[in-house]
Amino acid sequence: MFILIVGCGRVGSSVARSMLREGHEVSCLDEDPESHARLEVGLEKSWEDLGGQFTVGAGLETDALVAAGIDQADAFIASTDGDNTNIVIAQIAQRRYRVPTVIARILDPLRAEWYQRQGVHTICPTRVAIDMLESAVREGAPREAA
Amino acid sequence: MYIIVVGAGKVGWNLTRELLEKEHEVTVIESNRRRYLTVEQELEHNVQYGDASELWVLERAGIQRADMVIAVTGDDEDNMLICQVAREKYLVGQVIARVNNPRNREHFELLGIRPTVSATDLILRLIEHEVPEYGLVHLLDLQEEQLEIIEMLLGQDCGVTGRRVGDLQMPDGSLLISVLRDGKGFVPSADTVLEVGDEVLAVLDPGKEDDLKALFGPAGNGALGNGG
Repeated sequence: MFILIVGCGRVGSSVARSMLREGHEVSCLDEDPESHARLEVGLEKSWEDLGGQFTVGAGLETDALVAAGIDQADAFIASTDGDNTNIVIAQIAQRRYRVPTVIARILDPLRAEWYQRQGVHTICPTRVAIDMLESAVREGAPREAA
Repeated sequence: MYIIVVGAGKVGWNLTRELLEKEHEVTVIESNRRRYLTVEQELEHNVQYGDASELWVLERAGIQRADMVIAVTGDDEDNMLICQVAREKYLVGQVIARVNNPRNREHFELLGIRPTVSATDLILRLIEHEVPEYGLVHLLDLQEEQLEIIEMLLGQDCGVTGRRVGDLQMPDGSLLISVLRDGKGFVPSADTVLEVGDEVLAVLDPGKEDDLKALFGPAGNGALGNGG
């Protein structure tokens, strides 16, 4: 599988390393050239030596997306630090480039929910945190009471 | 009409003021606290503080009953998504988006957001209009209809002056629709003879501009002007 990851922060770089280790082709796109270093944290060889691809550019730039290989991508992950950017580029990947699997990280739970219903596969870390906190409190409460 | 304007920068603030003067009901949403406080001194309850890419902020501003949403922030992604949500989630009848970077226009189109207004494009057009040697002025893009209307000023070196309109080999997909001469406009007939100083309007399929430029260019080199 060819996986394109836009936004190579803590989340993006981690997913990129795992996917590469599992034998997939992985291409990362990030505005910040420094994020290449984050990608190589804990790796024994350089990202490129291990077969990874890294492109510097913005996710909204068509040229950058093409250079990073969106045309042949089987999966597209939008994991920049901006919700709006992620929602827009996920829709570009879906509608213009017809990438079969498109996933967007959206921090805002309300919009994550709405876009999910519109057919954009969304992952909402805030939602996950809310659910975990709530169940942790619920599980903790009876013991306190008892 | 109830109109929500997003972004109280120069564009949004002035737009809101104009719309209020035209007696529309307007709310402008601004996400920068300092800017909000400045604008609030004049617009008072017509401005709200918040990030309009968040749904609850839009709902607080009453988007459910808005007739029109105009997104004029300095951020293209914000403008795109605010308009998308307004139209698709809240079924707002009319949206207008500002395009800051003309290269993003294709993304707006992909998300079905139109019309869009780009100040950069407008200024470029103005420059074309103010710099006569450019020769060809883009007046209007009718995107949905797939047509453009352009204006050409026929200069001294123009290859078609002194010729009958009926004798011109107009490219397929283009049509001369009017001639402005001495301040008056008329629809040319096949017998109209073009003169130096005429301004002609043509309607054409997108992409036919170069063909027209070649036809209306100076006799000899086949191109209109030198592009300024």
